[in-house]
Amino acid sequence: MSTDVKTTTLEQQFSPNGIKLPIYMDNHATTPVDPRVLEEMLPYFTDRFGNAASRNHAFGWAAEAGVETAREQIAKLIGATPKEIIFTSGATESDNLAIKGVAEMYREKGNHIITAVTEHKAVLDTCKRLEKYGYRVTYLPVQKDGLVDLDDLKRAIDDKTILVTIMAANNEIGVLQPWREIGKLCHERGVLFHTDAVQAVGKVPMDVIKDNIDLASISGHKIYGPKGVGALYVRRKNPRVQISAIIDGGGHERGMRSGTLNVPGIVGLGKACALATEEMAREACHLAGLRNRLRDSIMSRLDEVYINGTMEHRLPGNLNISFAYVEGESLLMGINDVAVSSGSACTSATLEPSYVLKALGTGDDLAHSSIRFGIGRFNTEAEVDYVADRVVETVQRLRELSPLYEMAKEGVDLKSVKWAAE
Amino acid sequence: MAYSDKVLDHYSNPRNVGSLDKNSQEVGTGLVGAPECGDVMKLQIKVNPQTNVIEDAKFKTFGCGSAIASSSLATEWVKGKTVEEALQIKNTEIVKELSLPPVKIHCSVLAEDAIRAAIHDWKKKNGSNEPAPVSAGTQGAH
Repeated sequence: MSTDVKTTTLEQQFSPNGIKLPIYMDNHATTPVDPRVLEEMLPYFTDRFGNAASRNHAFGWAAEAGVETAREQIAKLIGATPKEIIFTSGATESDNLAIKGVAEMYREKGNHIITAVTEHKAVLDTCKRLEKYGYRVTYLPVQKDGLVDLDDLKRAIDDKTILVTIMAANNEIGVLQPWREIGKLCHERGVLFHTDAVQAVGKVPMDVIKDNIDLASISGHKIYGPKGVGALYVRRKNPRVQISAIIDGGGHERGMRSGTLNVPGIVGLGKACALATEEMAREACHLAGLRNRLRDSIMSRLDEVYINGTMEHRLPGNLNISFAYVEGESLLMGINDVAVSSGSACTSATLEPSYVLKALGTGDDLAHSSIRFGIGRFNTEAEVDYVADRVVETVQRLRELSPLYEMAKEGVDLKSVKWAAE
Repeated sequence: MAYSDKVLDHYSNPRNVGSLDKNSQEVGTGLVGAPECGDVMKLQIKVNPQTNVIEDAKFKTFGCGSAIASSSLATEWVKGKTVEEALQIKNTEIVKELSLPPVKIHCSVLAEDAIRAAIHDWKKKNGSNEPAPVSAGTQGAH
């Protein structure tokens, strides 16, 4: 049997003005490991390879010391204590553990969970599964700006509600939910509050005490740490949160998450959090500056370009724009030396356009036309300028090709056209 | 997704982009797809009234690269054919020529629909009473 391994090589080239291509601007999908993080991790693959659960020799102690330092670094970033940090394989597991763990533990108290329609699938599909087991789930709508309405949340809480799970920052549109207000409301009503904080942690300040957060999911690879490692913050007092484990085994992580710890990954996650604690404020200014430069450069040269979600409450590195009359995948094809992503159906496995954009009330046509730019730590002003130029020229070219643009310019109301395929 | 060289070529150098005078007696216009579905094709043909040969064809497409390539190819293929010959073009031939993956077959279906719709429009203008031809699969493909 042949063992044909298909590999895709990433060939690097240079643009005429010396920019290294392709440009990575999809930092909500993942981020490169910061070299300082990698350096911290390396000894834990070789010299310090021990099992952190080995209590009776130096190899185990060295590994454990690395893990405990990481626990402190993560706790510090979000205002928690080290004992409140549980390591997982990533944020999908953290979301599952938080929601299923609370659902099972608090089953006697109630069976109602509240979430929002724009959550990540790790939350939505976990909630859907719980519905099969007799839990009741309320999916809150969002307003046009992408934010949940706190009055909707207030009304949705009843005496059977055990958990509210609402993300801090959205992965597509970067919109920041009012998590401090949500946490306050939950605590007033005696309901636990979980937040999928994957995109927010390390990008915008978060303080689990001031913000009344009971559980928070964190991922390594969204904050310049490695893939395959994440954490769940589980509050230990006021209130003391208990969760049932979803993985049974050796009782690691105080019984909440069995399995030998991914020590190098955990060390990397810890270092990534330490860097964020140090650099977040400065980095946010840098990212917002680049993001606004990109936005202004594109919007000053193109008409009928729409920003999805509020600009006021938004991750500094996020820009999500719909380019009317141009389909997203064809736009990605035109800017193939730039790595970004689209809400177009054609770029998804389901052939459905982004459910997040649909939830904002963005029409399907504009959802198909959306591009998400995720600016990160290593992007430069020159890269932003290059990307803006490429986007503008490609949109212009594709609009020349677009029958919709032609019709719109002729004054045809596209909404009034009876489309054959409908 | 990796695109075939032919799709990339049509995307980068689309053939016969543009518009013909839709009010001309010799021109048939097909507009298929819907913005909500992520693809709309406009395909126009200019037919010689004596010979029924398609002398010119133009397209404009809102859609993914495969949709653009399918409609670009369709204009190449219909040119020089008679109307009846053009009606024989099957979406499967477009799939084969462009090496479209299964997820992009609907683009080829839409291109076939666009040819048929353009011919239908031309026939209607020129006094034919044939019912609107819609190929099988149009409804399900979107």
